[in-house]
Amino acid sequence: MSNALQIALIPLLPLAAFVILGLFGNKYVNRSAGIIATFLLASSAALAFYTAYQYFFEYGKVEGVYQKVTAFKYTWLQFSDQLSIDIGALIDPITAMMLVVVTFISLLVHIYSLAYLKGEKRFATYYAFLGLFTFSMLGLVLSSNIFQMYIFWELVGVSSFLLIGFYYDKPSAVAACKKAFIVTRFADLGFLIGILVLSFYAGTLDFNTLIERLTSLQSAEFKMATAASFMGISALTWGLVLVFIGGAGKSAMFPLHIWLPDAMEGPTPVSALIHAATMVVAGVFLVARLFPVFQISPIAMDVVAYTGIISALIAAVIACTQTDIKRVLAYSTMSQIGFMMFALGVSKTGGEAGLGFTASMFHLFTHAMFKALLFLGAGAVIHYVHSNEMKDMGGLRKYLPITHITFLIACLAISGIPPFAGFFSKEEILLAAYHHYPVIFYTALITSGLTAFYMFRLYFSIFWNKQTQVHSEHSAPHDSEKHGEGGLAMMLPLIVLAMASCLAGFIHFGNFVTADGKPLTTALHLLFSVAPVVLALAGIGIATWLFLRQNDSPVKYSNKLGNLYKAAHQKFYIDELYGFITQKIIFNLVGRPAAWFDKNIVDGLVNETGNGTTTLAEKIKAFQSGKVQQYAIYFLGGVMGLTVLFIYLWK
Amino acid sequence: MNLLLLILIPLVTAVGVLLAAKQQAKWIAFGGAAIQLITSFVLLAAFYAQRTAGNTTQFLFEQQYNWFPSLNISFHLGVDGISVAMILLTAFVVIAGVLVSWKVDKMTKEFFFLLILLSLGAYGFFISLDLFILFFFLEIAVIPKYLLIGIWGSGKKQYAANKLALLLMFGSALVLVGMMGTYFGSGAHTFDLPALAKLNMPVEVQKICFPLLFAGFGIFTALFPFHTWVPDGHSAAPTAGSMFLAGISMKLGGYGCLRVAMYLMPEGAKEYANIIIILATIAILYGAFATMMQQDFKYINAYSSVSHCGFVLLGLGMLTKTAITGAVMQMVSHGVMTALFFAIIGMIYERTHTRQVNEMGGLLKVTPFISTALFIVGLCSLGLPGLSGFVAEMTVFVGSWQNADAFHRIATIAACMSIVVTAVYILRAIGKVAMGPLKAGYETITDATWNERLATIILISGILAIGLAPFWLNDLVRPGAEIIMQKMSASH
Repeated sequence: MSNALQIALIPLLPLAAFVILGLFGNKYVNRSAGIIATFLLASSAALAFYTAYQYFFEYGKVEGVYQKVTAFKYTWLQFSDQLSIDIGALIDPITAMMLVVVTFISLLVHIYSLAYLKGEKRFATYYAFLGLFTFSMLGLVLSSNIFQMYIFWELVGVSSFLLIGFYYDKPSAVAACKKAFIVTRFADLGFLIGILVLSFYAGTLDFNTLIERLTSLQSAEFKMATAASFMGISALTWGLVLVFIGGAGKSAMFPLHIWLPDAMEGPTPVSALIHAATMVVAGVFLVARLFPVFQISPIAMDVVAYTGIISALIAAVIACTQTDIKRVLAYSTMSQIGFMMFALGVSKTGGEAGLGFTASMFHLFTHAMFKALLFLGAGAVIHYVHSNEMKDMGGLRKYLPITHITFLIACLAISGIPPFAGFFSKEEILLAAYHHYPVIFYTALITSGLTAFYMFRLYFSIFWNKQTQVHSEHSAPHDSEKHGEGGLAMMLPLIVLAMASCLAGFIHFGNFVTADGKPLTTALHLLFSVAPVVLALAGIGIATWLFLRQNDSPVKYSNKLGNLYKAAHQKFYIDELYGFITQKIIFNLVGRPAAWFDKNIVDGLVNETGNGTTTLAEKIKAFQSGKVQQYAIYFLGGVMGLTVLFIYLWK
Repeated sequence: MNLLLLILIPLVTAVGVLLAAKQQAKWIAFGGAAIQLITSFVLLAAFYAQRTAGNTTQFLFEQQYNWFPSLNISFHLGVDGISVAMILLTAFVVIAGVLVSWKVDKMTKEFFFLLILLSLGAYGFFISLDLFILFFFLEIAVIPKYLLIGIWGSGKKQYAANKLALLLMFGSALVLVGMMGTYFGSGAHTFDLPALAKLNMPVEVQKICFPLLFAGFGIFTALFPFHTWVPDGHSAAPTAGSMFLAGISMKLGGYGCLRVAMYLMPEGAKEYANIIIILATIAILYGAFATMMQQDFKYINAYSSVSHCGFVLLGLGMLTKTAITGAVMQMVSHGVMTALFFAIIGMIYERTHTRQVNEMGGLLKVTPFISTALFIVGLCSLGLPGLSGFVAEMTVFVGSWQNADAFHRIATIAACMSIVVTAVYILRAIGKVAMGPLKAGYETITDATWNERLATIILISGILAIGLAPFWLNDLVRPGAEIIMQKMSASH
């Protein structure tokens, strides 16, 4: 099998699942749909792993530097002599890594869903959508052309929309999927205009050529892009910031994050795949893909860095106050992506200074593992108690032992406790920010303390705290113990991910993924790690004190915090603000007047023209009455008038 | 390939429909439309064969017969890639239109006769190379619509039929005056399009005739502020009428603007390009915002057509090869898409007996086929990649961006903004109609019948053919746009 075919098959196999199940699924193969899709995805994952292996260990490295390899490229739409959308596959370290992450998590979610969605009427549709999503996401990470990326960017958006709205008869799901689509669409507008700006100056849409032209200081394209300016900011910076807006929308960065918590209306495995591990990191991937160009513009880098850190902090604060366990996880996702984003923003290229880039990708990788684990664990919990609310949970460790242990591992990992995966990647991120960005560094430090706190608040509320009444819902306690964890299909992914969360941190990421392709050796500084770990332990300690057993201190302290707590609980009223702008301002001040204007003014004029013509015709039709006597009188009058005219006036 | 076939087949079909028994009329219409569809594909193949064989003549398969020699009017036919694309579009829409009209019971024969007659006008229009016969076919494609709406329509049909006919007649009148101006002003006393194109018409004549022709044709394609026939006309028309109106009629205008006004009068085009851009941008945004407020499903798609056709005019006004290519692609794409949209609205209406989106809900549960098709066409309308709307709009955007000054930039950005507003109104409509809890009373409605399914599949395959493999359409259209742009830049 040739290399190009092998790579092309990675996204095409999930696409095949989509087409087969979408066309024939519900009617003919509904019950075996899961098996078919899982099999196709497993093949795709095997190819992806093999491709990554080949790239990293066989052909990727030339003279110690990882190359960008274009496996294939076909012109899809020729805009002009220079600009064309090519559909191709570009393999470099970040793509190879993403191929692994996407297929791996997707495969586990496929397996998990076999049990989780058992008995669902639209089982085949569900798997068809999963296939569509996986195809789009793989297409996105393979993109060799910025417009190709935009295409798949939109496609992951629509798969996300379809999956959030999977329970389409639930009004809240309908609202959530619409919101997710529209908010990200708004951000995509920025992406689109950014593409137009960048491609106009670079004279190409191809990633490699674009990066090459916009980073070589001598090229005509570079000079033009930096010389042209608008409001004192160069066109290049504008293009990058606009592209970043698209990334921020997809990655739920403040202030475009409002769709992510609502997106939790979708089935929980979907949240694990799309809204935690893969699609939401697309924004980070986009910035990483264009990283050399971002490097040129300090303003754009600052925008990335500060957007990241603000999102990380705000999301962590909000996460401390939420009671829906999936929403806590959603805000935690947003916070962690903020970490990845600012790590990119503070990074440079080459050597130690390029640590941020490597750290960001490393965190993306480890986060995918433990966040998917958290969501799948939460799914097992929700499956068991049939509720998303913390108040319906508590003391579940006895009923869900495997879920409990794996969830604990994930919590430790995300809190940055050594030796779990999150510790290593977060440590690198903090180190990258430490030297030049003190504000970001200290904020990140506080945020990681908060992370430990809210994660263990979640953990204790689910598995410890009060004795839950839940098993009374099931007929008998022993029955619920059996039904409990949903069998091997649900437990296997949890165990695999828990192992990954334990071990992923030991990968020497710097050997594989760096900003310039050259290996980067990172040493852990023990002394440096003291502060973050102590803070994390403190966070865990406070959470233990407040939530291990049922008591009234959480309420007491939240009351003491007063308005701050209330504001955080209400997500800082950002949703309300958006609601105000869209409902009140755009609908009432733009939409309504436009419709009114059209109906009354424009159409009114048309109607008045018609009416006017009719009225005029009514008035003058008497002249054409056909009565000869009348004509005679007009004739007479006319003759007399003319006579008067000739005799008296015309002289 | 003899182009006369494209006129003769509908002619024979129309006569056949009139002669047949009532029950057979629809079958004959369907047969005729099917043959015409096949013929269109043959034309496409023959066209490709000629081009790949290296025949670079601008118009292929030309034929010319004297028609009215004393006025130099000849029956001159010929096609370039743009015409071929429009003919394919017409064939798709007509066959789907016949299929969704399967249940028309009132004056069945007359209905199908008029429908086929309309298509005859459209085919003739797209292959004409003489302004006079072009105008002749344009009128054939207008007048039957008055009857279609007036007799088989619903709601305020009399008012709508009048309004539509009068506004389109007003447009035709402008075209006629513009044609006369061209005939005399060019000094050549001919209506022959290639002959006129070879002349360099005096700039003063261009400046007078261009706006007449462009506005006249523009009314057909919902040029702001002459678009108000669109919402009323569409909503009152029977389903096939709406499909034809939005799918083909509005494209007659765009094609005319390009083929007649811009091709013959490049100086005029340059003179008025900015006004066109302003009006088009207004139509795009204003149409989109007005759509947001509509409750009637047909009004939603009608106003959205105003917005989408704005892209056609925007692309034309931008005067770059890419943008003009995009404009033509948008015509084809929007034609197929909007025909499907109206077809689905019609199917839903037949079942729910309402067009108010607020009164529907949860239809995905009872009519999975129709609702899935609604999803697809909605996503196409909001420009999802893989479906036709995306490639056309993006080509217009990229082409527009090639103009580097602030005016063009602002217009392009404003037009781009519509992709968000479109998402809002499309998702609102889909969310209300197909999703949510099933409204009481709709539990027993049935899914699409075979003819409806066939119509839907035909149109969806059109959408996919453009959306998944846009290069064929792009290759077809681009040389045509190139010739127009060459003429534009040659005339200093």
